[in-house]
Amino acid sequence: MGLLSDPVRRRALARLVLRLNAPLWALPVAWLERTMRSVGLEVYTQSFSRKLPFPDETHERYMVSGINVYGILRAPRAASTESLVLTVPCGPDSTNSQAVGLMLALAAHSGQIYWAKDIIFLVTEHDLLGTEAWLEAYHDVNITGMQSSPLQGRAGAIQAAVALELSSDVVTSLDVAVEGLNGQLPNLDLLNLFQTFCQKGGLLCTLQGKLQPQDWTSIDGPLQSVQTLLLMVLQQASGRPHGAHGLFLRYRVEALTLRGINSFRQYKYDLVAVGKALEGMFRKLNHLLERLHQSFFFYLLPALSRFVSIGLYMPAAGFLLLVLGLKALELWMQLHEAGVGPEEAGENPPHPLTQGVGLASLVAPLLVSQAMGLALYILPVLGQHVATQHFPVAEAEAVVLTLLAIYAAGLALPHNTHRVVSTQAPDRGWMALKLVALIYLALQLACITLTNFSLGFLLAASMVPAAAITKPSGPRALYAALLVLTSPAATLLGSLFLWRELQEAPLSLTEGWQLFLATLAQGVLEHHTYGALLFPLLALGLYPCWLLFWNVLFWK
Amino acid sequence: MWPRVLPGRDNVTDNGNIKHQREKAALSQGWGHWEVEAAAGMAAPVRIFLLVLLLLGPGGWGRAEPPRDSLREELVITPLPSGDVAATFQFRTRWDSELQREGVSHYRLFPKALGQLISKYSLRELHLSLTQGFWRTRYWGTPFLQAPSGAELWAWFQDTVTDVDESWKELSNVLSGIFCASLNFIDSTNTVTPTASFKPLGLANGTDHSFLRYAVLPREVVCTENLTPWKKLLPCSSKAGLSVLLKADRLFHTSYHSQAVHIRPVCRNARCTSVSWELRQTLSVVFDAFVTGQGKKDWSLFRMFSRTLTEPCPLASESRVYVDVTSYGQDNETLEVYPPPLTTYQDVILGTRKTYAVYDLLDAAVVSNSRSLNIQLKWKRPPENEAPPVPFLYAQRYVSGYGLQSGQLSTLLYNTHPYRAFPVLLLDTVPWYLRLYVHTLTITSKGKENKPSYIHYQPAQDRMQPHLLEMLIQLPASSITKVSIQFERALLKWTEYTPDPNHGFYVSPSVLSALVPSVVAAKPGDWEESPLFNSLFPVSDSSSYFVRLYTEPLLIEEPRKGGLVKRLANLIRRARGVPPL
Repeated sequence: MGLLSDPVRRRALARLVLRLNAPLWALPVAWLERTMRSVGLEVYTQSFSRKLPFPDETHERYMVSGINVYGILRAPRAASTESLVLTVPCGPDSTNSQAVGLMLALAAHSGQIYWAKDIIFLVTEHDLLGTEAWLEAYHDVNITGMQSSPLQGRAGAIQAAVALELSSDVVTSLDVAVEGLNGQLPNLDLLNLFQTFCQKGGLLCTLQGKLQPQDWTSIDGPLQSVQTLLLMVLQQASGRPHGAHGLFLRYRVEALTLRGINSFRQYKYDLVAVGKALEGMFRKLNHLLERLHQSFFFYLLPALSRFVSIGLYMPAAGFLLLVLGLKALELWMQLHEAGVGPEEAGENPPHPLTQGVGLASLVAPLLVSQAMGLALYILPVLGQHVATQHFPVAEAEAVVLTLLAIYAAGLALPHNTHRVVSTQAPDRGWMALKLVALIYLALQLACITLTNFSLGFLLAASMVPAAAITKPSGPRALYAALLVLTSPAATLLGSLFLWRELQEAPLSLTEGWQLFLATLAQGVLEHHTYGALLFPLLALGLYPCWLLFWNVLFWK
Repeated sequence: MWPRVLPGRDNVTDNGNIKHQREKAALSQGWGHWEVEAAAGMAAPVRIFLLVLLLLGPGGWGRAEPPRDSLREELVITPLPSGDVAATFQFRTRWDSELQREGVSHYRLFPKALGQLISKYSLRELHLSLTQGFWRTRYWGTPFLQAPSGAELWAWFQDTVTDVDESWKELSNVLSGIFCASLNFIDSTNTVTPTASFKPLGLANGTDHSFLRYAVLPREVVCTENLTPWKKLLPCSSKAGLSVLLKADRLFHTSYHSQAVHIRPVCRNARCTSVSWELRQTLSVVFDAFVTGQGKKDWSLFRMFSRTLTEPCPLASESRVYVDVTSYGQDNETLEVYPPPLTTYQDVILGTRKTYAVYDLLDAAVVSNSRSLNIQLKWKRPPENEAPPVPFLYAQRYVSGYGLQSGQLSTLLYNTHPYRAFPVLLLDTVPWYLRLYVHTLTITSKGKENKPSYIHYQPAQDRMQPHLLEMLIQLPASSITKVSIQFERALLKWTEYTPDPNHGFYVSPSVLSALVPSVVAAKPGDWEESPLFNSLFPVSDSSSYFVRLYTEPLLIEEPRKGGLVKRLANLIRRARGVPPL
């Protein structure tokens, strides 16, 4: 009988630890207001609070409340119809205070006559949560159940935004992040703009933390760009905002994040160089008459100066999905032959009956698998308190373990209610089910690919082969292993290993498992806090679909 | 009471082209002391008469009849609470003449171009403003006269006009030529007839609003090409008097620039037995003293305009500079004006007691000391960086929502008066391609629904007329009232997009007209004697003052034709043999 066996005590202790871990560092709001006002900005604050669905153990937060401070530099002789945003997300400690300093210096420097768009200098607390609260209040919408005070000052339609993160006072390279929420990307011109100023200022710029390949003649250059490309695909497929900019993209604000990184190289840049690049970008954006629209919104980046256009990569996904279509067509033909065969033999009466029974037999597996998906979506968060009362786990762990339990339970559930299937055509049942499953999968993957290519392609590449060959006869154990290995959860696990491998920080198995659990929790949290769609997509769409194939495999 | 006017439309509509060209030539001549209309076919005796007149010269004319027109010019300099400096010029020409009557051809101070407009289009009032920038009421305080960003034109016609829309169209086109502005883009899709918001400012005995037209072009960009014709209407042009300060390079180096022309009939005498015409040309600029002064808030005429005053306009009967020296704190030692003013003027302006230092340029002592007048203001103590006093009424407007399908227009009305509620007239003009859902109109104050006591809604017609929404809303004391209405974006035709559709489409600002309670009751004074900045709006009640505010215009994204659609359309056009888009 340990101290923690009593659930009430355990929870009290957990809360205490959480509070002790809670940041003592808070945004110096009054000082920021004073400083911003003294450089001639209109200063406003916004307070917000949010109770997360369960404690976030990665960021150590649960009941979040904070204050965003923003100052608006009003453009002379413009009627506040358009604005640009420079945002600095501040985390629980003072890691990003260099960026705040640089932003204030820029604000003090930028009181000039040439501005045609207002500039909003935004400091958000609790990094992305604050950004989300501010964006929702600015657009006067409530998507994620955030409680926040209304904004007192606005500056029209936001045209572009740059988020700045400086993790150290020594900056040796600038990393640029473009991947936003749900795989949205800013217009490629914004990235080009950044790249231009990188070259002009002689800054060392990286993408996905990788240096730009110089040598394209040997194998190293292309190899490196493939690595960068894969990293971007994984990052985009995750659907999580890769920086504070990612939340702006939902509101049709072109945005990217600049990260100053100390990678311990010999050449260092002082903040003046970074500030110059930023000022240059803002002046260029200031001169724009229209929103950025001329360049691509869908692209993949193997390097900063090179991109793969949608016209090149889309056929790949198209061909993958074609496999599903062809397989479905084949099944349809077989079903049709099976249905036509007896008719030609003169057995007219049973034909409509068998077909009717075949369709009816599909209802139960479809319903059961969808119900599993729904349970996977709802139960973990809903049942966390029940779980913590009965098992010695914390809330976040409870959510993740419930998630995995339901996921695994889905495999063991008896879906098959095919006792009523006629014996005349024993193959008809699973064929019809597989046909439905194939079409369902193809439709889902096509929709995902159109909005988030990386995710669609990853899922298609992993799920399509297994889905195409699954059938209840033949080497069933092999098929089962293949199906399990290509299930969405396994794909996620594999992607994590691949991602860390590409980042040259390989994981051991236990580390990988820990990271997997943390990622699951983050995925659920991001769905609730920012509206990321990966979790509901997997839980409500792909997991039930995958269960159908599992069902086909174990069709008796 | 209202003088009978002869309808002078016969030769307007007949043989339009030739007449029109001739008029354009006449208009382009501007005003002159001795301008005569040398119309073709004038009888020989008239020519001889004119010759005699010319020989007699101005002296002879002056003896024959005292000038019936007068010019007053005025500059008000107001240090704003935020540390910026506002300068408001007003040039007022008053003419005791029946401009409506046909055949007025002798113009002295009144610009002929505008005088002819009044008689030709039977105007009762004309108000035109061209503005760059936005008056930030929250930080700058209540303005004497705000104007919406872009161009604003509103006019009252005489009730003798039969086709108001036609006159309105011609009027906007002529004004477009006079002021080099894009007023010719005023058409039925952006013209409305407000029922309550825009009452005549001058003498009027009937307010049938069907003779009113109102239009705003929020997209209009104002520049020197608009300032030059405006300056040419001034009797002294920019040669003497206060107008020497009107240098374009400085005026457009400001945070706010608004130039306006107001024409209205006023009472000729105290008993109001006959009518005079008043032309007010106003120009307001706000200098960002903070930015241009490297953080110091001291200013001088030279620093603002890069000119100093040397002499009054010889044609002006009054030429004064007012400097607002009201101290907001208890001690009035915080600021110092140099040279020390000879007189001061105290009155209740916009509901609060104000003190102005007065510099009369006609007073020889003011200018002769140093042969030029460079008024300077020095802060003895640097003003604290504290939040400026908030005006009783201000507003904010924005678009809510995201995505290209629907959205919401929201207007926040702030009443910061601690205990007085007051009503506000809100006027919204929304283009037809935003389809408003009127059932979603919600007005909430302090969390409760606020029912407007008057609503006038005129729905839009596609490609014909905009939405017009007018409401009388009671604002509770110290409250924020939110007026919101949802809309859906309509799809436009190919040709209806602007050349830069990705810039967005403008929605003109909301107009707020209100009687705001005064802090100090104003004493009714002589209207003709009071300074110009105090006599623009007619005063009805001493316990409140009239304010008209405009919110910021909105920029709304419209769904655009995609590249693919355009490419497809081009393919079809190529197949049809039509040049591609």
